[in-house]
Amino acid sequence: MIATDQVKERAAPLLEGQMARFVRLLHDNQFSVGVTEIADGLYALGRIDARDIRQVRHTLRTLFASRQRDWRRFDEIFDAFWLGRARKRRTVIRQAGAAMSSVSAERGSGDTGRTGTLADYFDWSRDPGEAQTVPAEARLSGASPAENLMKADFASISDPDELQRLHQLAERLAERIRYRLSRRRRLALRGTRPMLRRTFQRSVATGGMPLRLIHSRRKPKPFKIVVFVDVSGSMDLYSLFFTRFVHALTAHFAHTEAFIFHTRLVQITGTLATADPVKLMEKMALISQGWSGGTRIGASLTAFNDNYAAKVMGSRTLAIIVSDGFDTGPAERLAVALASLKRRAKRLIWLNPLLGRASYEPRAAGMAAALPHLDLFAPAHNLESLAALEDELARL
Amino acid sequence: MKTPSEFQTGLERAGYIADGALATALSMMRLLGRPLLVEGEAGVGKTELAKALAEIAGERLIRLQCYEGLDASQAVYEWNYQRQILAIRVLEGEQASTEAKENHIFSESFLLKRPLLEAITQKTPPVLLIDEIDRADEEFEAYLLEVLSDYQISIPEFGTIRATSIPQVILTSNATRELSGALRRRCLYHYIDFPDAATELRIVQARYPGVSMRLAGQVARFVRRLREEDLRRKPGVAETLDWVAALVGLDVATLQDDPRTVHQTLLCLLKTRDDREAIPLAVFERLAGTTA
Repeated sequence: MIATDQVKERAAPLLEGQMARFVRLLHDNQFSVGVTEIADGLYALGRIDARDIRQVRHTLRTLFASRQRDWRRFDEIFDAFWLGRARKRRTVIRQAGAAMSSVSAERGSGDTGRTGTLADYFDWSRDPGEAQTVPAEARLSGASPAENLMKADFASISDPDELQRLHQLAERLAERIRYRLSRRRRLALRGTRPMLRRTFQRSVATGGMPLRLIHSRRKPKPFKIVVFVDVSGSMDLYSLFFTRFVHALTAHFAHTEAFIFHTRLVQITGTLATADPVKLMEKMALISQGWSGGTRIGASLTAFNDNYAAKVMGSRTLAIIVSDGFDTGPAERLAVALASLKRRAKRLIWLNPLLGRASYEPRAAGMAAALPHLDLFAPAHNLESLAALEDELARL
Repeated sequence: MKTPSEFQTGLERAGYIADGALATALSMMRLLGRPLLVEGEAGVGKTELAKALAEIAGERLIRLQCYEGLDASQAVYEWNYQRQILAIRVLEGEQASTEAKENHIFSESFLLKRPLLEAITQKTPPVLLIDEIDRADEEFEAYLLEVLSDYQISIPEFGTIRATSIPQVILTSNATRELSGALRRRCLYHYIDFPDAATELRIVQARYPGVSMRLAGQVARFVRRLREEDLRRKPGVAETLDWVAALVGLDVATLQDDPRTVHQTLLCLLKTRDDREAIPLAVFERLAGTTA
C-alpha cells in the first residue's frame, strides 16, 4: 500500500505497475535505477507507514537518487507523478524523445550559423567526405602544398586531409605529456620503498630467506588537460577548428575535460565522446540562452571554478584557454578567475588565434588583465603554431 | 531501533540533529541492508553521522579513511612478516611436520586485520565508516563494491573469510572525483545540505547546552547569512561549533557587544585569506546587525 489520496484508491496489485511507470519516468530524467532498486522500493513501502507521504517520498528518494543532481530533482518528479502536479512547465521530461525533437525543431527553424557548423562537424565525423562546413569565401584551394598547409590560417581550412593531420598532431601532443609521477606504487627492481608482501612471496625460492628485497616505486600517472574554447561570434572562424582539435584530444587522451563558453560555460566532454550532433546542438542552444550576447570570459571561468574545478582539476592539470580575449565583462573579474584557476592548475596556457596576425597586440582589456596570470601566451592560428606548442608542452 | 522517528530521537540524544529524510535513509539502510552514500559540502556532519549512529546503537565504529594510493595491505589485511620470520626460526628446531609449521605461520594470529576485514569479522555488526571514498583510486572502488555485495574476503594463504556480521556501511564523499555508477547504484543515497537557522540552533544547543538561547540564535542566523555571501569556502556546522566554543570562552554575550573582538574570532569560520578579506569589520557589523 502506498500513500496519497489518489494513490490509495488504486488497488494494491496496481502498485507494481505504477512503480514501474514511475521508474521509467525517472529513467527519462537520467536517474539510474535498476530492478533491485524497484524490488527494494516495493519491499520498503510495505514496511513503512504508507499513509505518511513524507516518509514515502524520503524512502523512494534515498533509494532511487544516486547523485546530487537526482536529489535536487526528485521531489519535482515525485510530485508530478504521484500527486499529479507539475510545479514548473517543461522541467520533467515525459519521454526521452522530447528533448531531441525540441532541438531538431530549433535546428529546422533557421537557427543556423555557428551552432549549425559545429553540429555539421559531427555529421562530418560520422561520414567523412561529406559536409564542408567552412564558409565558402574563406576556403583555400584543397591542393595546397604541405608547407602552405602548415602556415594556412585555421579560419581558411577546409581540407579533410589536413583535419586528419590535426588529429594526428593532437594524438602526438597527448602522447608526449601523458606520463607523470603519481602516488600509486608499482613493483620495480630499483625502487624507493621496500615491499614486504612481495619480498616474502619471492623468498620461497630461497627457502624462506628474504635474500632479495623487492621495492616499489611510483606509478606514472597521466597528466590531465582541461580545455576551454571560446565559441563567441568574434571567434567564429576559429571555434569550429578548435572544437575539432579538442575532439581529437579527448578521443586520444582519456584525461581531458572540455568546456565551451560564450556568455556562459558548458561542459562538452561527454558530448564529444559520443560525437552526437543533437546533444551538441542542445548544449549550444543552452549556451546562447538568456543573454543578449557578448563574451563573458570572466564569468564563465568563475562558473568553472565554483562548479567544476574541485572535480576536474588535480595538481597535475594543464589548463588551456582558447580565446581572443574580447571580454565584455569587467577585466578584474577575469583576473580574479584566472588567479584562482592558476592556483589549481599546474600550468595555465592561453592560446590566442589573433596573436598570429602581425598587426595584433593584446590590447583588449580582458587580455591585458589576463597576461600576468599566464604561464604561456601563444598564437594558435595555424598548424605551425600548434606544432610549436607541442614542444612547449612537452617541457612541462 | 527500526523506524525513522526512533532513529531521529536516538540521534538527538547522541547530540546529532537529523531531519526526517536522513532518519528515513538510516532506517532504510537497516531494513534493506544496503550501504548509505552520504554527500554534502565539507563540514555538514557526514562523518559525525557515522559516529552518532554507532553511539546510539552501542556498536563499534570502524573507520577506513581513504586516500589516493590506498591499497589492499592498508584497507583489507596484511601478514605480520616480522613475527612470521621469528616463528620460522623458532619452529626450525622443532619436530612438527612441514604442513603443521606452515599452517601455524599462516594462522589468524599472524594476520593483521585492516578496517574492511575487521568490520566483517566482528561478533556483533559494527558501523563501518568509509570516509572520503572519492579520494581512493577507481580500482579500489571496484574492489570495495565486490566486498560490499558479497561480504566475504579471500586471502590466498588462508582461505575465504565470510562475514560473521554484516556491518552497517556509511560512505562519505566530497565529490573531488565522480564516483562510478555501479557504486552509486549499489548504495542508498543521501545529500546533506547546510542546516537552516532553526536546525543549526538546535545543533548548537545539543552540543553546548550551557550557551544562552540568545547567543545561540544569533550565531545560527549569522552563519546562515554568512553562507549567502560570495565565499570561496562556506563555513560548515563544525566551524559553527568551533566558533560557539570560542565565543563562550571569551565570555561574549551577544554578537553586537564588542564587534572588534567578535570579528577577530571569525577565523573559526573563514579559512582562506580571500574570505577573511571579503568580510571586513564593516560587513561583519552589518551582518551581525541583522541577527539581533
